[in-house]
Amino acid sequence: MKETKELNIPLGPVLEKWETLVESSGASGERMVLQMGPQHPATHGVLRLELETDGEIVTKIVPYIGYLHRCFEKVAENITWNQVVPYTDRMDYLASMNMSLGYALTVEKLMGIEVNERVQALRVITCEINRIASHCVFLATYGLDIGAWTPLLYLFQEREHIIDLLEELSGSRLLFNYIRPGGLAHDVPDGWLKKVREFCDFMDPKIPELNELLSYNKIFIERTANVGVMTPEVALTYGITGPNLRACGVDYDLRRDIPYSGYEKYDFEPQLGKGEQGQAGDSWDRYIVRVREMQESLKIIRQAIDSLPDGDISEKIPKNFNKMPVGDAYMTTEAPRGEVGFYIVSDGTKTPYRVKARSGAYCSVSVIPAIGTGLLIADVVAIVASVDIVLGEVDR
Amino acid sequence: MNVLEPYMDLILSVVYLVGVLMFLTIFALLAVWLERKVSAHLQDRLGPMMTGGWHGWSQTIADALKLILKEDIIPAVADRKLFRLAPYLVFIGSLAGFAVLPFAHNLIGSDINIGVYYVIAITSLVVIGILMAGWASNNKWALYGAMRAAAQMVSYEIPVALSLLIPVLMAGTMSMQTIVQNQAGGFWNWYVFQSIPFSLVAFVIYFWASLAEVNRTPFDIPEAESELVAGFHVEYSGMRFAVFFLAEYGNMFVVSAIAATVFLGGWHAPFTFLDFIPGPIWFIGKSMGLVLVQLWLRWTLPRLRVDQLMHVCWKIFLPFSFANLLLVGLWVVLKG
Repeated sequence: MKETKELNIPLGPVLEKWETLVESSGASGERMVLQMGPQHPATHGVLRLELETDGEIVTKIVPYIGYLHRCFEKVAENITWNQVVPYTDRMDYLASMNMSLGYALTVEKLMGIEVNERVQALRVITCEINRIASHCVFLATYGLDIGAWTPLLYLFQEREHIIDLLEELSGSRLLFNYIRPGGLAHDVPDGWLKKVREFCDFMDPKIPELNELLSYNKIFIERTANVGVMTPEVALTYGITGPNLRACGVDYDLRRDIPYSGYEKYDFEPQLGKGEQGQAGDSWDRYIVRVREMQESLKIIRQAIDSLPDGDISEKIPKNFNKMPVGDAYMTTEAPRGEVGFYIVSDGTKTPYRVKARSGAYCSVSVIPAIGTGLLIADVVAIVASVDIVLGEVDR
Repeated sequence: MNVLEPYMDLILSVVYLVGVLMFLTIFALLAVWLERKVSAHLQDRLGPMMTGGWHGWSQTIADALKLILKEDIIPAVADRKLFRLAPYLVFIGSLAGFAVLPFAHNLIGSDINIGVYYVIAITSLVVIGILMAGWASNNKWALYGAMRAAAQMVSYEIPVALSLLIPVLMAGTMSMQTIVQNQAGGFWNWYVFQSIPFSLVAFVIYFWASLAEVNRTPFDIPEAESELVAGFHVEYSGMRFAVFFLAEYGNMFVVSAIAATVFLGGWHAPFTFLDFIPGPIWFIGKSMGLVLVQLWLRWTLPRLRVDQLMHVCWKIFLPFSFANLLLVGLWVVLKG
């Protein structure tokens, strides 16, 4: 807390100029408070931003969260260990595989279970494919917030393929409830892996297409480059993780640095923002890092399918959760929106004693005032979109 | 007949006005449908397919009926008089532009000798209506939309006017009909291809600036859905909203039609052997072609930011327009 205060957040250049202009002209500089959300097309759910504006310039941003609070942590104390999984799905509903993976790994750590390699590889495949779907939604809505409609429809088509695949796998299209503590709900259907491989071949040419349509569009670059620059210092102070942190140029990816679920076996490069169009850590970097991450995910999926071993996916699923060890465990995973960690305390009963979730999107919301103050209203929209928040994960 | 003789002018004007109104309504309905279909096909989907059978042709008619039948809501804190007046003012601004559009060699509302001047002047009425709508709604988002619209449209009128002056200089008249007649005899006589590159530059500047005039992407910041929800008409619903819509599409046609008139030969065929096809078809066809380009741009490009918009206007379009005007003036003088 103290560090946050000491960190000197510079006002945007526009605001600094404006403030001196207002002072020198002797104008009153009256501010208007604008409530952006919870019902606003650009707040990605039910976020409310209280903007203090001076004309078009935003002089203060206060985010208000909690409109989607569903008491996940409290509910988890009252249901059995396996029943928590569907609730974790509902945290980041765009990447629910990654959410349940985090929970499953933590429970396994608590129980001291080591799942076999087939389970690990299938978890990696499903999580990475879900990461692509999640990034598709991010890129689509980002384009939409900048005013480009068409990429939305294109990217949702590609996402549709993924959703179809995951539907075939798990039976549902959004909240899969597939990854369970100790294993998976069931093995993959016949021919499913072939379809995933076909999807990878289908997806490969789509990314250059997207780059042509949106990423290197002159207007898009004008709108996003040098907007909302997040320095590594600010990012680390606010606890930013995941693609947002990598966009600042900090080389940190849990999948490589603290590997879990067999990620150490796959060859991939964490993508870093290099400030190609402006400064490192600007909105364009946050965008392009995710585009490139999709390619890396495709790489991982291909490797995982190639080296998929045989095995029984349910051999380590506990028969019942009545004999849980007493103790606690913490485990973090790399979700599409940053580090997702679960801290679980067990008192040996059928239900968890405490489940605490740490979400990357929550930190991303908190950084919006630091990087968005002093810019224009349109920039705030671009920044809110660029840090990629899902309010389900923020509020839990 | 004798009784009607003194009123003949009035009757003809009323008939023409009714004709233009019908044309505008039909055009707007068609353009909205076209916009949906064009955007749908650009985005790899189908758009409306059910209503009316063939490719959902009557979807916009159904929508218009729905809008007419909807409850008329005026916010409690709105300035009721201004709130009611605003859409009609916008609509008048758009409709009045039709008065000087030469649909054919004998089909024009009024061939006044200051046609170009008139059309620049009268379409400025739109900005007053938009400002009024934003202010009267008593809504912060609407106010932002109105502020942006006022800044944008007033700024962009300058490059529009300057680039329209170039064909005027070349023709030596402001009468729309004379300008068109000067471009007779094949597409190489059109002003856009005369004195290349000046008129071509003028045409391009006019087209882009006119996009800002009618609030189309990439200059649609007064409505900017993802920023200002709907901008100046956020509080409007039902018929009043439909009138805004009608005016917007009317404006799209007007700016395209002006471009077709002064740059693209108006109602002239591109080749003289095609002269047997009536003038209105060429005129409306050329205008619709430009409208289609507007649609295409809208569904391809992102939106500019408000300061970038002003930058483009004052630092790019304006100097180029001035230089262009100067050079064309020189060219006209030297040519004698």
